[in-house]
Amino acid sequence: MSTTTSPESTAQAVRPTDERRLPILHLIAMGAVALVLAAVILAVLGTLSVAGVLILGYVLHLVLAYVYSRIREGRRWAADRVMSLAVIGAFAIAMFPLLSLLWEVVIRGGARVVAASPTPFAFWTSDMSGIIGGADAGGVLHATIGTLLITLWASIISIPVGLFTAIFLVEYADTGWRRTLGKGVTFLIDVMTGIPSIVAGLFGLALFLTFMPADDQSMRMGIMGSVALSLLMIPTVVRSSEEMLRLVPMDLREAAYALGVPKWLTIVRVVLRTAIAGLTTGVTLAIARVIGETAPLLLTVGMVTGINWNMFDGRMATLPTFINQQYRSGSATCLNEQVTNPINGEVYACSVSTNIDRAWAAALTLIIIVMVLNVVARLISHYFSPKTGR
Amino acid sequence: MSTTDAAEESSSSASTLRRGGRRFGDSLFSVLSIGSGLLIFLTLAAVAIFLTNESVPALLASEELAGFLSNAEPDFSLISYTAPYIFGTILAAALALAMAIPVSLGIALFISHYAPRRMAAGLGYMIDLLAAVPSVVYGLWGGIWLVPKLEPLYTLLNETLGTFPTWPGFVPWVGGEPVVALFAGDPTAPMNNLASASIVLAVMVLPIITAVSREVFLQTPRLQEEAALALGATRFEVVKTVVLPFGRSGVVAASMLGLGRALGETMAVLMILAPGATFSFHILEVGRHQSIAANIASRQAEASGVDMSLLIFTGLVLFVLTFIINAIARWIVARSGVKS
Repeated sequence: MSTTTSPESTAQAVRPTDERRLPILHLIAMGAVALVLAAVILAVLGTLSVAGVLILGYVLHLVLAYVYSRIREGRRWAADRVMSLAVIGAFAIAMFPLLSLLWEVVIRGGARVVAASPTPFAFWTSDMSGIIGGADAGGVLHATIGTLLITLWASIISIPVGLFTAIFLVEYADTGWRRTLGKGVTFLIDVMTGIPSIVAGLFGLALFLTFMPADDQSMRMGIMGSVALSLLMIPTVVRSSEEMLRLVPMDLREAAYALGVPKWLTIVRVVLRTAIAGLTTGVTLAIARVIGETAPLLLTVGMVTGINWNMFDGRMATLPTFINQQYRSGSATCLNEQVTNPINGEVYACSVSTNIDRAWAAALTLIIIVMVLNVVARLISHYFSPKTGR
Repeated sequence: MSTTDAAEESSSSASTLRRGGRRFGDSLFSVLSIGSGLLIFLTLAAVAIFLTNESVPALLASEELAGFLSNAEPDFSLISYTAPYIFGTILAAALALAMAIPVSLGIALFISHYAPRRMAAGLGYMIDLLAAVPSVVYGLWGGIWLVPKLEPLYTLLNETLGTFPTWPGFVPWVGGEPVVALFAGDPTAPMNNLASASIVLAVMVLPIITAVSREVFLQTPRLQEEAALALGATRFEVVKTVVLPFGRSGVVAASMLGLGRALGETMAVLMILAPGATFSFHILEVGRHQSIAANIASRQAEASGVDMSLLIFTGLVLFVLTFIINAIARWIVARSGVKS
């Protein structure tokens, strides 16, 4: 793509009508003019704001650049200019929600996390038992434990199944009926990738409720959530693992066979070992993906205020459902200045925005977990992948 | 399997113990692998069976759905209950795609053909980060931060475009209200309307469409691009004449995948949209629409018995809907030979 950057000296030498490329300075100047113009227009209209100037300035820049380039360079190059600007604009549009979201979560959530109520960072070490009304206290310890437990169990279910399915697809589905089965499995994995998360939740619910007595239909427990999540996690694990296993050179397998190594040992010692970095990356990303899933957990694990370590008994709190619940609670009502915890008798200040604050802080907690997983995955693939594969 | 077993049995060896261990390991591995493959079949069959099984009560009792969801309406039926939510789901997803596809194509082109080669990977990673943000956080951000910010825009759209007929007719077979314009109607203060939900949905499907389109655009034959450049084409003309025609089916498939995601997304809609069950095209009006997924999520806590069956039935409908969309997308991908 570097072919279009012709030296400016040649552009100077040719006649003005043949001039193809405007110097970059003109474009920058045009952008500045557009921004100033936008600021002036908005100031006259009385709605001056940074966002407004940027948006109107961008649109003005599109128009100005087209007109100017049309006069100086001709129709085709003008279209090219506008297209380049539009493409960059599209990227900026996509960056806007990402940056705005991260900013809001870090600022609003961070404020609540470090706030001294009752002590700094108590948000990460306390749960919600006895927190009522607008009490400016409480935390996500129970929800974090729930999220980690449920995701752990989902991983315990999904990783072996996903990995062995990938091994089957790569190592065993080569001939005859196994090939046919492999094609079927590939198709079904595609189908599973597209299952809406709420349907996975309904499945987890329906599966367990079918075996429950009729009077116990409101039963919810952690393992139901794990089963629902693994329905979403298995296809991700299979796809990434399959891709990684296929990258292992056939020569390595053949060398092992030639030495008389049995097939299963070849898979364990040669194939899996070669691909281990990629496999770990894929699995970590799959975990990062399901750890933020909300809809299945809404249906299957419910919500509690305290810590529940037992996956097979009773409801559990999780970070995503906690965020949703606090958000739904909306503004609290403060009748008095202070709220008393009925369980341990502690007294907290009352805050109208306490629920929303907790939602932001929990969102920050969740984002930190997800981002750590993503970074870990990147680091693994960066440092441990075989040098030839990159 | 049988042939190797026979071969090993016929060749009598001294180290029977080792051979036995080897054979055990091999058969264990093949059983585990094939078992996992079969388990995938079983799981999906189980999804279909359990969902169908649980929605049978609603199907059978369609005459007398006595639960609270029926709301004591005289002509309540499965179809009359599900149809508005199907409509809401599709409308929200369609709007989201209408916004996301052009932007995604722009980003994909930017990363594959415009950005400097060294930056491209990093920029791609930024877009992937969008996909890493949990949907519930999008819901929170959309519900608290974005919706108030959109209010002036909606008012502007409603006052200017809202008076023009931009959408013809109405939905005759379900007797919905006549539609004058997409932006018409009477939007009220907290703008928890379908437009807001669609905007957040668009942000969520953006990375999916971008990722697939980017892959497709990167696979454009290098020689064709260079030939076009050699003929004096501008970069835009290269994109128009070489890259886009080459990637057309890939883009269609990417959009279908995004559609599948938008149809099934729960939290963004649940947390932003004020629900209603009409066939209104007035996307700025509050309390008019609801999607299947968000409806299930918001009603499940209080539902039991026939009501639960009804919700599971709508879930089954959603499952079938996304299945069809995804199957078409995969088919297009497979036909065009592009690796997603």
